Amino acid sequence: MIFIVLAPLALAAVAFALGSQRRRPLVLLAGGLAHLSGVVALFRSPPAPTLGGWLEFDPLARIVLGTTSVLFMVCAVYAQGYLARRSERDNRVFVGGLLVLLSAMTVVALSQHLGLLWVAIELTTLSTAPLIYFERTAPALEAAWKYLLVCSLGIAFALLGTFFVALAGGGPGGPRSLLLADLVRAGSALSPGWVRAGFVFLLVGYGTKMGLAPLHSWKPDAYGEAPGLLGALLSGGVTSVAFVAVARVVQVCGAAGESAFARAALVGMGLASMALASAFIVGQRDFKRMLAYSSVEHMGVLAFGLGVGGAAASGAMFHAVNNSLTKGVLFLAAGNIHRSYGSKRVEDVRGAARRLPVSGPLFLVGFLAITGSPPFGPFFSEFSILFGAVHAGRFVVAGLFLLFLAIIFVAMGAIVLRVVQGDPSGCPEVPRHGDTWLTAAPPLLLMAVVLALGLFLPRPLKALFDAAAARVGS
Amino acid sequence: MNRWTDSLFILVVIIDFFLLAASRLRAMIRAAAAQGALLSLLALVLAWGEAQVGHTIALAAGALVVKGALIPWLLYWAIHEASIRREVEPIVGFVPSLVLGALGVGAAFALSSYLPLPTGAVHAYLVPTALSTVWTGLLLIVTRRKAVTQVIGFLVLENGVFVFGLLLSDFMPAMVEAGVLLDLFAAVFVMGIVMFDINREFSSMDTEKLSSLKD
Repeated sequence: MIFIVLAPLALAAVAFALGSQRRRPLVLLAGGLAHLSGVVALFRSPPAPTLGGWLEFDPLARIVLGTTSVLFMVCAVYAQGYLARRSERDNRVFVGGLLVLLSAMTVVALSQHLGLLWVAIELTTLSTAPLIYFERTAPALEAAWKYLLVCSLGIAFALLGTFFVALAGGGPGGPRSLLLADLVRAGSALSPGWVRAGFVFLLVGYGTKMGLAPLHSWKPDAYGEAPGLLGALLSGGVTSVAFVAVARVVQVCGAAGESAFARAALVGMGLASMALASAFIVGQRDFKRMLAYSSVEHMGVLAFGLGVGGAAASGAMFHAVNNSLTKGVLFLAAGNIHRSYGSKRVEDVRGAARRLPVSGPLFLVGFLAITGSPPFGPFFSEFSILFGAVHAGRFVVAGLFLLFLAIIFVAMGAIVLRVVQGDPSGCPEVPRHGDTWLTAAPPLLLMAVVLALGLFLPRPLKALFDAAAARVGS
Repeated sequence: MNRWTDSLFILVVIIDFFLLAASRLRAMIRAAAAQGALLSLLALVLAWGEAQVGHTIALAAGALVVKGALIPWLLYWAIHEASIRREVEPIVGFVPSLVLGALGVGAAFALSSYLPLPTGAVHAYLVPTALSTVWTGLLLIVTRRKAVTQVIGFLVLENGVFVFGLLLSDFMPAMVEAGVLLDLFAAVFVMGIVMFDINREFSSMDTEKLSSLKD
């Protein structure tokens, strides 16, 4: 476990030290490979908790770490093509930052200690903020500043929330520890008022990082201005590990007997996120910002599933995987379209399917998948969340869930069809930025995985989702 | 001893009000630095006579160096380097900010009497001071226009969190505390770097200009 944390860090140092602009992306590839092989090794022989129980390869970590590692590997391959095209930009910070991000995400997924979790989440913010400014334009700078300020605020609140939880267990007979296992074992010995206050602050803090409404304000700007590659890792990786952080906090709340309060807050925030996303996707003029609102929506879906609990929580775990991989497809394809047209405005882009024979159709298929069309994975995960809600007798919230999904399907469909269909002549074009193997094959591969997850869900994987949901206790 | 501790807490809250009313950038930075220095003193005074003396001294020294000297110096340097105008530009006026700040202090006292500490009271003023300092930081971030003032606001907010953390210093692992100081430093540092680029790009550090991205 230590290996997959330290290997990317060491390679990040190599990337910072390396002088060659052309060879540096290869370090990224090495980092992705090392991490993926490390994770595969962990799956083959699951290790015991290390560092005094601070790091554990538990079900939730398996789900998110496996997904993140695959996504990073795919992005690393894509980066070879992407960075070769952008050779005029210095990529030292970009490559180094991505590797630090990989290490930080790994720590978040594995961490069983709320303090360590917090430090690692902070590191994900610090390592990505400079990368949003990769384009060196005024809007990119604005996006980076907003991202840094909003997320730092969220993280400060999360620290306060962590202190509250520590205090809740600080009384006589309390665990006096921030290890999840100790906190859960202490259960009702935790002071309920402080656990509740801690939950509120932690939800605000990590909810900011996930991008739940109304704390999502950094998201459209950051995703709109960042390179597609970074968008894929932010919406597929960083938000997923923030979801892990929220799930860990819910686990503590459940043990302290505050789960009804925590779940109601999650369902409320989840529905609010979906409502807000559906309001802002309608009439969106920028297809990358549209994807950002779609990310707000899907974080809402995850919070909703976790809040409803039972079968829906298991569905939320499945959905976390589907959302990460499908967002990877969409952002990489959108990045290719953006590069080829030199614009991300819906008015300027038509006929992407003709000009980009792989990325254009992929954008369409990715849209169908993310909005929950069968036979892709997200259909089944969203369906099991809905089923869980109906089964629990919560017809009103289930109805709202379905309504928002329907609105978003129609609104996103209108935009995506405009971009993909039609005749590209007359649209702006950047020469020599068509599809190549390195930029088109990675999202295609991810799409195939999402399709496979829909067609056939292996039984061990289903068991893993159930185990993770049971661990969270909802 | 106890009277001293009382007055330290009260000073921290007074500095909160001073920051809300300050109209000059340099005065604000100096006040934030003074608050940081007070915090390191607080850490020492509160842990007087307790077991982990070495640990507390390290924490206090860290707070003094980072909050009291290093970051204020960085901010001064940033103002000088980017030749920023010296006035604070409030979105919400000084008097309304003060009123809001006072409301926050009242709410903090009400909340802390409503939620008793499970550890037994370290000091009656600790929780309200922490919460009202957090509130002041938040107000400064939201109601002041310049990037530098937002960084100061963030610093004040982190000061509040630090005060709260003093409650836990006897059983929280040292690593987490070191992480707090390091992360604070790193956050402000990165903010500083970005600020210079804001300056180069727009020739002013007014975050109002950073508002072209909206729906």
